[in-house]
Amino acid sequence: MPRDKDINKVLIIGSGPIQIGQAAEFDYSGSQACKSLQEEGIETVLVNSNPATIQTDMDMADSVYVEPLTPEIVAQIIKKEKPDAVLPTMGGQTGLNVATGLEQIGALEGIKVIGSSVQTIKNVEDRDLFDSFMKQLNEPVPKAKAVSTLEEALEAVEKIGYPVIVRPAFTLGGTGGGVAHNRHELEKIATRGLDMSYINQVLIDQSVMGWKEFEYEVMRDKNDTCIIVCNMENLDPMGIHTGESIVVAPSQTLSDVDNQRLRNASIKIIRALEIQGGCNIQFAVHPITGEYKVIEVNPRVSRSSALASKATGYPIAKISSKIAVGMTLDEIQNDITKETPASFEPSLDYIITKIPRWPFDKFKGISREIGVQMKSTGEVMAIGRTLEESLHKAIRSLDVGSFGFDTVEFDEEKLKNATDERLFQVYSALKSGMTVEDILEITQIDPFFLHKILNIVEWEKKINSENIFQPSIMRETKKMGFSDRKISQITDLNEETIRKTREKDGIIPSYKMVDTCAAEFEAKTPYYYSCYEEEDEVTVSNEKKVIIIGAGPIRIGQGIEFDYCCVHAAMALKDAGIETIIVNNNPETVSTDYDISSKLYFEPLTLEDVMGIVNKEKPYGVVVQFGGQTSINLAVPLAREGVRILGTPHESIDRVEDRERFTKVLNKLEIPQADYGIAHSFEDASEVAERIGFPVLVRPSYVLGGRAMEIVYDDDELREYMKEAVRISPAHPILVDKFLEDAIEIDVDALSDGEDVFIGGIMEHIEEAGVHSGDSACVIPPQSIPDEVLLTIKEYTIKLALELDVVGLMNIQYAFKMDEGNPKVYILEANPRASRTVPFVSKAVGVPLAKIAAELMMGKKLKDFGLSQEMKINHVAVKESIFPFIKLPEADSVLGPEMKSTGESMGIDANFGVSYYKAQLSAGMDLPQKGTIFISVRDADKDKIMDIVEKAEELGFKLIATRGTALAVEDHVDIDIIRKVSQGSPNIRDAILNKEVAMIINTPSGKQSADDGYYIRRMAVELGIPYVTTLAGARAALNAIENVEKGKIGVKSLNEYHKLT
Amino acid sequence: MQEDAKLALEDGTILKGEGFGYQTIKTGEVVFATGMTGYVESLTDPSYKGQILMSTYPLQGNYGVSEEWFQSNGIKAEGYVVREENPHPSHSHSGDSLSGFLEEYKIPGISKIDTRSLTLKIRKYGAMKGALATEEVDDDELLAMAKNQPGIEDMDLVNTVSVTEPKILGEEYKDRAVVLDCGIKNNSINALLKREIGVVLLPYNTTPQEILDYEPGALLVSSGPGNPSRVKESIETVKRLSNRLPIFGICLGQQIIALAFGAKIYKMKFGHRGINQPVKDLKSGKVSITSQNHGFSIALDTCADLPIDVTQINLNDGTVEGIEHHELPISSVQYHPEAGPGPHDTDYYFDNFMETVKKY
Repeated sequence: MPRDKDINKVLIIGSGPIQIGQAAEFDYSGSQACKSLQEEGIETVLVNSNPATIQTDMDMADSVYVEPLTPEIVAQIIKKEKPDAVLPTMGGQTGLNVATGLEQIGALEGIKVIGSSVQTIKNVEDRDLFDSFMKQLNEPVPKAKAVSTLEEALEAVEKIGYPVIVRPAFTLGGTGGGVAHNRHELEKIATRGLDMSYINQVLIDQSVMGWKEFEYEVMRDKNDTCIIVCNMENLDPMGIHTGESIVVAPSQTLSDVDNQRLRNASIKIIRALEIQGGCNIQFAVHPITGEYKVIEVNPRVSRSSALASKATGYPIAKISSKIAVGMTLDEIQNDITKETPASFEPSLDYIITKIPRWPFDKFKGISREIGVQMKSTGEVMAIGRTLEESLHKAIRSLDVGSFGFDTVEFDEEKLKNATDERLFQVYSALKSGMTVEDILEITQIDPFFLHKILNIVEWEKKINSENIFQPSIMRETKKMGFSDRKISQITDLNEETIRKTREKDGIIPSYKMVDTCAAEFEAKTPYYYSCYEEEDEVTVSNEKKVIIIGAGPIRIGQGIEFDYCCVHAAMALKDAGIETIIVNNNPETVSTDYDISSKLYFEPLTLEDVMGIVNKEKPYGVVVQFGGQTSINLAVPLAREGVRILGTPHESIDRVEDRERFTKVLNKLEIPQADYGIAHSFEDASEVAERIGFPVLVRPSYVLGGRAMEIVYDDDELREYMKEAVRISPAHPILVDKFLEDAIEIDVDALSDGEDVFIGGIMEHIEEAGVHSGDSACVIPPQSIPDEVLLTIKEYTIKLALELDVVGLMNIQYAFKMDEGNPKVYILEANPRASRTVPFVSKAVGVPLAKIAAELMMGKKLKDFGLSQEMKINHVAVKESIFPFIKLPEADSVLGPEMKSTGESMGIDANFGVSYYKAQLSAGMDLPQKGTIFISVRDADKDKIMDIVEKAEELGFKLIATRGTALAVEDHVDIDIIRKVSQGSPNIRDAILNKEVAMIINTPSGKQSADDGYYIRRMAVELGIPYVTTLAGARAALNAIENVEKGKIGVKSLNEYHKLT
Repeated sequence: MQEDAKLALEDGTILKGEGFGYQTIKTGEVVFATGMTGYVESLTDPSYKGQILMSTYPLQGNYGVSEEWFQSNGIKAEGYVVREENPHPSHSHSGDSLSGFLEEYKIPGISKIDTRSLTLKIRKYGAMKGALATEEVDDDELLAMAKNQPGIEDMDLVNTVSVTEPKILGEEYKDRAVVLDCGIKNNSINALLKREIGVVLLPYNTTPQEILDYEPGALLVSSGPGNPSRVKESIETVKRLSNRLPIFGICLGQQIIALAFGAKIYKMKFGHRGINQPVKDLKSGKVSITSQNHGFSIALDTCADLPIDVTQINLNDGTVEGIEHHELPISSVQYHPEAGPGPHDTDYYFDNFMETVKKY
C-alpha cells in the first residue's frame, strides 16, 4: 500500500531553540522526518527558529523558514505555502502547541494534521481529558485533584488516599510542595502551598514515589499494526523525572509476564488514541504488588524515542514520518538489515545506559537536587555487554573528569534526596559497607542495580598492582568496563604501563554491531560499540579514512552547534569520497544517526577509547576541530600517540590557550589586548589589579568558555573570588584581565586554507562586553560599528589566522571601545576551531562554513569554492540566547561572564528592528506593543537611561519605576514611583501579579541574590513577562517594538533570502 | 574467573566458560533465542527438548524464577548458554535464582560465553550439535559426545514430553476439546480454560476412536519438540479425523497437520526462536508480532496442489506461518498464540477455537 496520494506537500514544525527538556533530539527526529518524506517524493516545508540545527539547512527541505514558532506566524507560512498536511509530532511539545494553536485560530481548514490529530493531542495533554480517556480504557492512572482550600484538599485525599504529593500552582521557583503521609502533614504542606501559590491553588496527586519506572516506545500504522520498538527501565524510581534518571534498555527486572502486561497496555492506548506514528508511554510499577499506573503518554517522538532509536538501531522518527503519510510498517524496510520489514520488534544483545548531564557547574549556589523537574541539558548513552561495562562507559562519556566511579561524600540525607552525584553516592555507600538492603530502603533503587554497583566495588577491592597483570584478571577487569585510568588509580600503576601490558597480552577492545535483531539477520549498517569479548565484527577497508571526534553530551557552553559542525564535516568528506568515521556518545543528535557517516562508533571520547578505534581503523587522520572543547582536548594527546591531526596544527591550539604564548603571538602581530597579569595568590592578584586598575576579569587559566569567570570591582570581591578559585584548581594560576567597561563585543568566524582567509561573518553583540559571548544577542551585519573598525578587525583576523597556520575554522572575539575619542579594537580570545556561532553565520550568509572547513583540511583551497571576499547580505540576522532560568528555581537571570544559555534562536528580516523582534519572540520574549514598562536600574546606570525612557514614552508606554530610578529621569518624562517589595504593599510585586506590567527593565545592582531585583527578575521569568537586564538590551527591544509597529511581520524562507544574495 | 565449564560443538569448537546449575554433561542441538525476557518460560517449554538453549540477550536470571511462569512441570531444555547469569535475582515473585533452578532440574548452564559470536556462527553454519559439560571431562571426549549424538531430525522426542495417561482439566465446563499432547505448554491449556473450554489432554499416540469417545468439540494438535515426520501416530490420527472433527494445530501441530495432507517439511538452517517475529495474515492483511520456537517448517512449494491454503506468512523470510483447509474446519499456526514468553497479539486464535468448539 503506497503513501496517501492526497498528500503531496507537508509542513513540518520544528521544536525551536534548545532548552532544558527539549534539546537536540528534535533536530535528529526532525531531520529524519525531512529526509524520510523527501524520499517518498513529498515536497517539504520546514519551520524552526533554531539556526543551530541540521534540520534548518537549506537542503533539508524544499523551503526552510527560520521564523518564530507562534501559531500566527506559522499560519502565515501555511497561507503562503499551501501545504496539504501539517506534521507536528516531530517538534516536541512546541510542535504540539503550535498545532493546537493553529486549530484555535482556524488556520487548519482543509489541511490534514498527520501523525497525531489535534484531538489526540488534547486527550493526552489536558489532565481531565486524559484521566477520563484512560478510565474508558480501563487503564489505571494516579488520581489527582486541583484544590483551592484546605477543606477541599482534605476532601480530595479522602478519595485519593495517602501518601499524596502536594504541588502549589505558580509559586516562585515551583517551591513549596511536598509529600504528605497523613492529615497532619497535609494540613501543614497544603496551607503553606496555598499561601505561596500566586493563584491560591494546589494540586493533590496520588503518590507513586518509589515505584519502579518504565517506558515503552510504541509504533502504530493505519492498518492498526503495532510494535514496541524498545522498553526502558529507570534506575531511579518514580519521583525523579525520566529525563533526570539513569535509564537502561532493555528493561532488566520485568518478567515476561510483567513485560507483556505493559506491552498490552501500551498497544491498547496507542490504538485508542489512533496515533499514526510513534508514541511514548510511561508506567509506574509497584515493586512488590506489581500493580501499575499509566503516568504519561506522549503522542509524538521524544527524547526517549531518540534514545530508543539509537539504542536499537530502529529509526523511529524516520518510520513515523512514512507512516504519517499513509505507509504501513510491513511495506517499510528495516534500514539496518535491508531485507526484513520495519514491522518487527528489535531485539538487543547488549545493555544500554543513559546518564543525564546537568548544568550545575554553571550556576553558583543553586541546589543540585534532582526530582520531578527536569534540569539536565543533555545526556550520554553507552553500550556494553555487561551492565557494569555499560555504566562505566556512560560515566566516561559524561566528560566530567570521571574515569570510573568516584568516591564522594554521602550520608543518608543525600542518598534520600537525590542529586546529580547520586550514582557515586550509592557507590561510595556500598564501598563504605552499607548493605544493598540499607540503600534499597533509603533510595528505592532496585536491588538488581545495587548488586551491579556492588560487583564493581568488590572487583575494585580484588584487583591490585600484584594481580592486575594476570591476563585473566585484566581481561575480566576490562570486561567490566574499567578504564585504564581507573585501573591506574586503583592499583597505583602508571596508566601507560597498564595499556602497553594489556595490549601485549592481546587484551584490546573488540567491536560489535548494533543490528536491531541480536544477530539473527545480517546487518548492512556499520554501527559499532566496543567490548572485551572474543569476536570483532568490524571490517576495515583499504579506503582513505578520517575519524571525526564528536562533542559528547549537550551542556551549557557546548551545545548542538558542535554536533552540527561534525555532521557537516562528515557529509562533506563522504561526498569527497573519503570514508568517514564518527565517534560520539550523544544519543540525541544527528551525528549519531547511523547514515550520516560511513561508520559510527558509539563510544566515550577519552584518549583510551578513541585510541582503540584509531588502532583498529588506522585512519589517515583525525578531525578535532568540530567537537568543541571535548575534541580539542584530545588534539595534543592524540598527536603524542603519533596520530595525524587534520587541519590547524595542534601546536597552534597551545599557542592560543597558553596565555603567555598567546601574548607573544599578539605582540608579534601588533594586535592589542587588554592589560593582564597572572596570579597565584590573592596578593599577586591584588597587585595585578592595582597595576591595571579595577574592574578586572578573573578566571582560572586552564579553562576556556567562561567557566568560573567573574568581573570583580574591588579587593573584597577579588579576595572572595580567589578563595573559591584556588579551591577549583590549586595547581593552576588565575588570569587577571583589565575589564573593558562599556565596550562593544564583536565575534568573527573565519575560514583559512593557510594561504587565504575568508571572513564568514562579523557579529556585533547587543549586550556589552562582560556578558559571555554565548549569552549575548548578536547581529549580522554589524549595525553600529564604524567601517574603519571593521577594517581593522578584518586585518587582525587575517594576520592571526595566517600566523597560527589555521586550516579550517577560526573564531575570534574582539572588543571595541572609544579611547580618547579614537576607536580602539582589542582582541579578547581566539579559538582555532569551530565556534558555536558557525551554524548561525552559515545560515545568515548562506555559506556552509563547516563543510568547507572539512574540505580545506583535506587540501582544498578557498579559491576552489570561489570564496575570497566577505559575503555581503541584504538582510539582517539576529541571534538571541535562550536561558534555563525557569527550570532552575534558585537561579538569577542576570547575565555575566559565565555562560548560562542552553540554546539560541534566529530572527531574520529586512532590518534590525524586525529581526531582533523575531529573535526575541522565538526566545519566548513576546515584546509588548503597549502597556506599562517597569524600570529599575543600578546607580551606575541611572544617568544612562534618558534615551530609553524617552523612547518608551514616545512609543506610548506608561512608565513606572522605583524611587531612585524615577528621580533620575522624572524631569524629562512622565514616570510613576512604585514601592519596592521590601517597602510594603502595594508594591511592584502586586503590580506584576495583577498583570499591570507589560515589560520589565532591570539592571542588577549587586551580587547578593536575595534582593528586590532578584525577586522581580524571578517573577518575570516565572510569569513569562518580557524582561531585559541590560541597557543595550532595552534599547534593542524598544527599537524592535518601534519597527514592528510600523507593519505586520512577514515570513520568508532561507531559500528565498539566499537566492537574492 | 574460573573456567570450569565448556561447550563443544560438532565443528570442533570448544568454548570455555563458567558453570552454573547442575554439574553434569548434556548433549543437544545448540540453538539461539532472541527474546529479552522469558527464560523461565523457554527453559520449561517442552519444544526445547533435545536442545541446548542459548539466549542472545546477555543478562539472564535478573528476575529469578517463579513456578507461575512454568510452561510444563520443569526444565525441558538440555542445557543453557548465557553471557552472564545473575546470582542476585530481583522480583517479588521470585523464589529461586536461575542457577538454583537449573540445579533443581539437573540441567547444566554455562556463562561468560561470547554469545553473540556463537550466534553469528549458528547463523552462518546453522544450528549445531553440541555437548555442554559442567563437570570435568577431556576436550576430546566432549567433542566426541557432541559429534556422535544423533541429529535432532533423527530423534524421537515427543514421546519423552507427552502425557502418558489421559488428563482432564476444566471438567465443569460443558464444552470440551481434546489436545493431542506432543509437548503442550501450560499457556495453551490456560488459554482454553480461560474461555471455559474443558481440556482432555491425551498422549500423542492416542487412537482416533479413543479421541472420538470423549466427544470433543475440536482437536488441538499441540506444539512440541523435534522432527514432525517422526510423530507418525499423530499424523495418522489427523488424517483419520480430518472429516470428523474441527482440527487446530500450533507449531509442531501445524507441521503434523501439513504432513497429514501431503505437504513436505524441511529442517531450517537455524529456525525461528524469539518473541519478535512479524507474521502477516494474508486474508485480513493484519500484521502481528508473534512468539516462535521452531526448527522445522512447511515447504511452501509443496502446498500448491493440496487442499490447504497458506493463510499467513512470516514477513522476515516468507516462510509458512498459517494454513487452512479449503473446506474442512482445519487450521493451524506455526507460531505460539498462547505466548509465554512473548506477545499476546494473536490471542484471538483461541477465540476462533472457542467459537468453533461452541458451534460444533
